[in-house]
Amino acid sequence: MAGSLTYTAIDSTSLSTAEIYGQALVELGRAHPEVVALTADLAKSTKIGDFQKEFPDRFFNVGIAEQDMMGIAAGMAKAGLVPFLSSFSVFTSLRAGEQLHTDLCYQNINAKVIATHSGTSFGQAGSTHHAICDLAVTRSFPNLTVICPADGYETYNAVMAAYNTPGPFYIRINRGFDRVLYKDKDYGFELGKAVTVNEGTDLTIIACGSCVFQAWEAAKFLEVNDGLKVRVLDMHTIKPIDKEAIIKAVTETRRIITVEDHTVIGGLGSAVAEVVVEAGKGCAFRKLGIQDQFAPIGLHEDIMNALGIDSNGIINAVRDVMKMDFEEDDDWDDEM
Amino acid sequence: MSLTKAEWLALEKKAYELRTLCLDTTSWAGSGHIGGGMSCMDLLTVLYHKYLHLRVDEPNWPDRDRFVLSKGHAGIAYAPVLCDYGFNDPEMLKTFNLSGSKMGIHLDANKVVGVDASTGSLGHGLPMALGMALAARVQGKDYKTYVLLGDGECDEGSNWEAAMAASNFKATNLISFVDRNGCMIDGKTEDVMKLEPFADKWAAFGMEVRSIDGNNIKEICDAIDEALANESDKPFMIILNTVKGEGIDFMEGDYTWHYGAINEEKYADAKASLEKHYQKRLARVEKEAE
Repeated sequence: MAGSLTYTAIDSTSLSTAEIYGQALVELGRAHPEVVALTADLAKSTKIGDFQKEFPDRFFNVGIAEQDMMGIAAGMAKAGLVPFLSSFSVFTSLRAGEQLHTDLCYQNINAKVIATHSGTSFGQAGSTHHAICDLAVTRSFPNLTVICPADGYETYNAVMAAYNTPGPFYIRINRGFDRVLYKDKDYGFELGKAVTVNEGTDLTIIACGSCVFQAWEAAKFLEVNDGLKVRVLDMHTIKPIDKEAIIKAVTETRRIITVEDHTVIGGLGSAVAEVVVEAGKGCAFRKLGIQDQFAPIGLHEDIMNALGIDSNGIINAVRDVMKMDFEEDDDWDDEM
Repeated sequence: MSLTKAEWLALEKKAYELRTLCLDTTSWAGSGHIGGGMSCMDLLTVLYHKYLHLRVDEPNWPDRDRFVLSKGHAGIAYAPVLCDYGFNDPEMLKTFNLSGSKMGIHLDANKVVGVDASTGSLGHGLPMALGMALAARVQGKDYKTYVLLGDGECDEGSNWEAAMAASNFKATNLISFVDRNGCMIDGKTEDVMKLEPFADKWAAFGMEVRSIDGNNIKEICDAIDEALANESDKPFMIILNTVKGEGIDFMEGDYTWHYGAINEEKYADAKASLEKHYQKRLARVEKEAE
């Protein structure tokens, strides 16, 4: 792994997730002359200005032209550079979706898309700036690794893992500050492996992005108030998804709730459901997320509340699912 | 480096051979994008046999010149060029467009040796070529990047994003061409979606524009020489005014030959036409060579 983190846990509460990405990028830039950064008039918003200052010859602002940014990055990667592209998730996944699909994924290009302002994190900007479909879209692209980090340290780990793993990456991060889930970067991040944030046997919450912290808070509350042992998995890698952790959750807790700041069609919940169904084992299952609608306008936390993907919504969902009359047949275990 | 008569004759011979191989490939495949393949064959010949610095035994040589065929559907012309050059076994051409082949209509850079970028979706080549050109600058390398667009393709807005960026970044190590054969699938370009004043558009986007006879090998060489000697800070855009189906009389200028099938009878006619076309080209060299 390249370099080492130069800020502390205290810094991670004073730096937004994108700023932490910006620092990680500078660190990569210092260690690796082939790393270049591109943006589409969002250097300030995506916090890659430090890289621009330190490496002006390796920084390219292509103007408001996301398709062009993708294509240029593909050409650069073909010539041996390692481009990090930063723009808002809604534009990288949809406006330039075909370039991501064809130029980066089809050619299996070693380029890393850092998609900021994901989910409803740019809440007040409205649906033109919410990215509620990007996981569904990007997850379907062959060769692409898709990551939705839970907080700043996880973003750092994801960015480093992306550098160290050849091929195209799509890392979706939030605008602004994320609640701090991890005290430092050394918590055992591994690409494609869920992090068990809370152990439990009654039910498993599988979450990604900003919903992981909310799920963790819900689990702590439910333990104290309802006596429930709720497992919380931080499923940071949406693709390739950690099938083993999902099947383990099915067999050990038999109740699963997925939570994501994304439509429930095609994202984390769908990815988990695919694994559950293919495992041949039924389990009580609920997908929390955006229920096939455009999200309201507002502060991120207010939208999460309205959508039922904050800790309150998760607590309610857990209580509902615990009440479900989930039948196990007699030979349930034998079928595994 | 002006074109000598011997060089010109050699290039005409090569262009003739490659047109024949393109016709053969279309015949083996049963059908193909032969019209737009023939229109750009003179440029492909000139690039691969006069200008591109490549190593047959080291296809991924980091310092090689790059070429991006943005009009990826001309793969039926490009595949013969790459096989003839030695990058791929010419026997592969007999599998072109067939199930299980490494060569589909649009060549895949991960399957066909010598292809610098997988194209086919239009409007992607110029941005990618620009990326290669900018990478050369970052890496301190002096290779050139060449890119060929189709004219119908220029309806795609991404080309104009890239033109703006090429000019903005002063990417003079990028040399661009448009195969202006005037045809697209549904008709003449000016009937489907007006491109004119085409040269003015590129100039307005900051390119140094030349408009030449794109089926005249001498003119192509002169324009590339000028582009290579370019001391302005504007990237070169060379508009190749060409004829769709150049060399095969019954296809020439006919937009319906964007994609067509070749049966035995048509093959014989086409072959005879190519031979006549070659003889006319040789006569032109005799007349015009310095």
